[in-house]
Amino acid sequence: MPIIDLKTVSKVYQMGDVEVRALREVSFAVETRDFVAVMGSSGSGKSTLMNIIGCLDRPTSGAYHLDGQEVSRLDRSQLAHVRNRTLGFVFQSFNLLSRTSALENVELPLVYAGTAARERHRRASAALGRVGLAKRLDHHPNQMSGGQQQRVAIARALVTEPRLILADEPTGNLDSQTSIEIMALFQELGSAGITVLLVTHEPDIAAYASRVVVMRDGVVKSDTRQTPRRASDDLRSGAAQEEPPP
Amino acid sequence: MNPFETLRVALRALLRNKMRSFLTVLGIIIGVGAVIAMVAIGEGAKARVEESFASMGSNLLIVMPGSTNASGARGGFGSMPTLTWDDLQAIRREVSSVRYAAAQLRTNAQLMSEDQNWSTSVTGTSPEYFLIRNWKVASGRQLLDSDIETSAKVVVLGQTVVDKLFGASADAVGQIVRIKNIPFEVVGVLEKKGQSAMGQDYDDGAFVPQSTFQSKIQGGLQKFLSGTIFIGAISTDATARAEEQIESLLRDRHRIGPGMDDDFSVRNLTEMANAQQEGTRTLTTLLASIAAVSLLVGGIGIMNIMLVSVTERTREIGLRMAVGATPFNILLQFLVEALTLATAGGIVGVLIGVFSAGQLASRFGWPMLIRPDIVVISVGFSALVGVVFGLYPAQKASRLDPIDALRYE
Repeated sequence: MPIIDLKTVSKVYQMGDVEVRALREVSFAVETRDFVAVMGSSGSGKSTLMNIIGCLDRPTSGAYHLDGQEVSRLDRSQLAHVRNRTLGFVFQSFNLLSRTSALENVELPLVYAGTAARERHRRASAALGRVGLAKRLDHHPNQMSGGQQQRVAIARALVTEPRLILADEPTGNLDSQTSIEIMALFQELGSAGITVLLVTHEPDIAAYASRVVVMRDGVVKSDTRQTPRRASDDLRSGAAQEEPPP
Repeated sequence: MNPFETLRVALRALLRNKMRSFLTVLGIIIGVGAVIAMVAIGEGAKARVEESFASMGSNLLIVMPGSTNASGARGGFGSMPTLTWDDLQAIRREVSSVRYAAAQLRTNAQLMSEDQNWSTSVTGTSPEYFLIRNWKVASGRQLLDSDIETSAKVVVLGQTVVDKLFGASADAVGQIVRIKNIPFEVVGVLEKKGQSAMGQDYDDGAFVPQSTFQSKIQGGLQKFLSGTIFIGAISTDATARAEEQIESLLRDRHRIGPGMDDDFSVRNLTEMANAQQEGTRTLTTLLASIAAVSLLVGGIGIMNIMLVSVTERTREIGLRMAVGATPFNILLQFLVEALTLATAGGIVGVLIGVFSAGQLASRFGWPMLIRPDIVVISVGFSALVGVVFGLYPAQKASRLDPIDALRYE
């Protein structure tokens, strides 16, 4: 059973007198454990697609089954519960709460899930350990590098043990070395049974996905499977070849 | 998300901007503080007035003898003795809502000890008088019924008289005092009662049996009671009824027909007390309006800052929604923030109010009284202001679209 199953989904925005058709009858399915990159220029409809898949927005028409559940007609509170239980988000600008420790940032989704404090602590620490930040639980975002902040954000996405992680330009604010580290992390998640859907406009980044979907003018322009580059290999060879910057 | 978590998140958000939070609630702090301080001092003044009326004897009625009408010149009450000793007995016997009745015969006289003298009021009365006025002895004993039967030459003194005749710390009981050159034995000293609201010193007086008063100090007609009658009603509520019953009894006994003027009058001290309290009640109303205005202004301040806060934290709201906060979670979070802010302001205001009232009271010697209900009401109203003025910003936050909120710069 596919984790994401969109059937003839359309989204129409009313901008004044003009109707903008952001998505035109898109049908699109993603299997569990897949690592999909969505590409496309701005205005191609990829953001709208991600918002609908992420249960932040509802389609104007069509059906959307997320993990077997029809979610396109749920109200705002119900969508919030679905996001909390099933999804994890990673953003380009990290969106960590400032002046709040890494641990507490990661605990945030569990707070809304109603998890008890001790259990929250345990799970958030474990999630931070999983992204390699076990020693930085008490650090605040402004004490961390961009790569570390994005790792905290990934830990926050992982902490609820979601079925699907949605990453919107997660490497957009990171240098190339750090970007590869983040991609290595996403590739690990796939082998751990979590589906990853990634929006990017960089072909270098999309190369790490096993499937690339290109959007244009509200429709899927192309949808190709590929053999992904292995980020862990790149890290090993990069570390051997590159000198640290002066 | 449980209420404790919500409160914790709210406290963190408020403590993150300590200065702003403080300035936001300053309006409420000052408003509540001022009201608490003023009410404390106002209530203190009111309590002092009530106390002074109570020390005159609660449930007290005074029957004054009649007015004269000689050839059209009408004298005031008390200008002619119209009350009789039989009237007093009849009141005691027949009026159900009267507990005590006592004659008060009064004159001024010079009192002399061995080496001092002092001019004061001398009252001839019976033991009930002290019960009516709720007045106990500090040492020695009260007048007794047997003193009246035997016209004993005994006197009970007020504290001021003792001070003047024997010195401040002297024990006067057993000493001899001469009134109109007749020696009286001091059998008791009354406890200190202080001054009346009008500045009359209650402790400046001497009390002798009414029979002795009539035979030795100021003779009078045997039948008439040449003074006033003090009445103690069975309860404060019964004073009005007692007043009516006494009036109808005396009109009957004095054969006063309908439409004719009374030849006596019944004075009710609770009326005077009510008039005094009316003044303090006006003050309280005024204070309440000031409080309402300051809380309104404080509430607008809170609403303003909460709106700024919602705008500032739009991305945070978007993120919270993305990770699973429902609109209700967000609404509650901002509502609890406003509520916490306002309640904290109310509590700090109460503390400052109590403190400044204490300072003022001790500095100027004013009485003060902190009423717990006023404190609870003040804090409660502050909390209410927080909810009312926090609702709109909180609703605004909860209605944000998570997509727009996440993109907000």
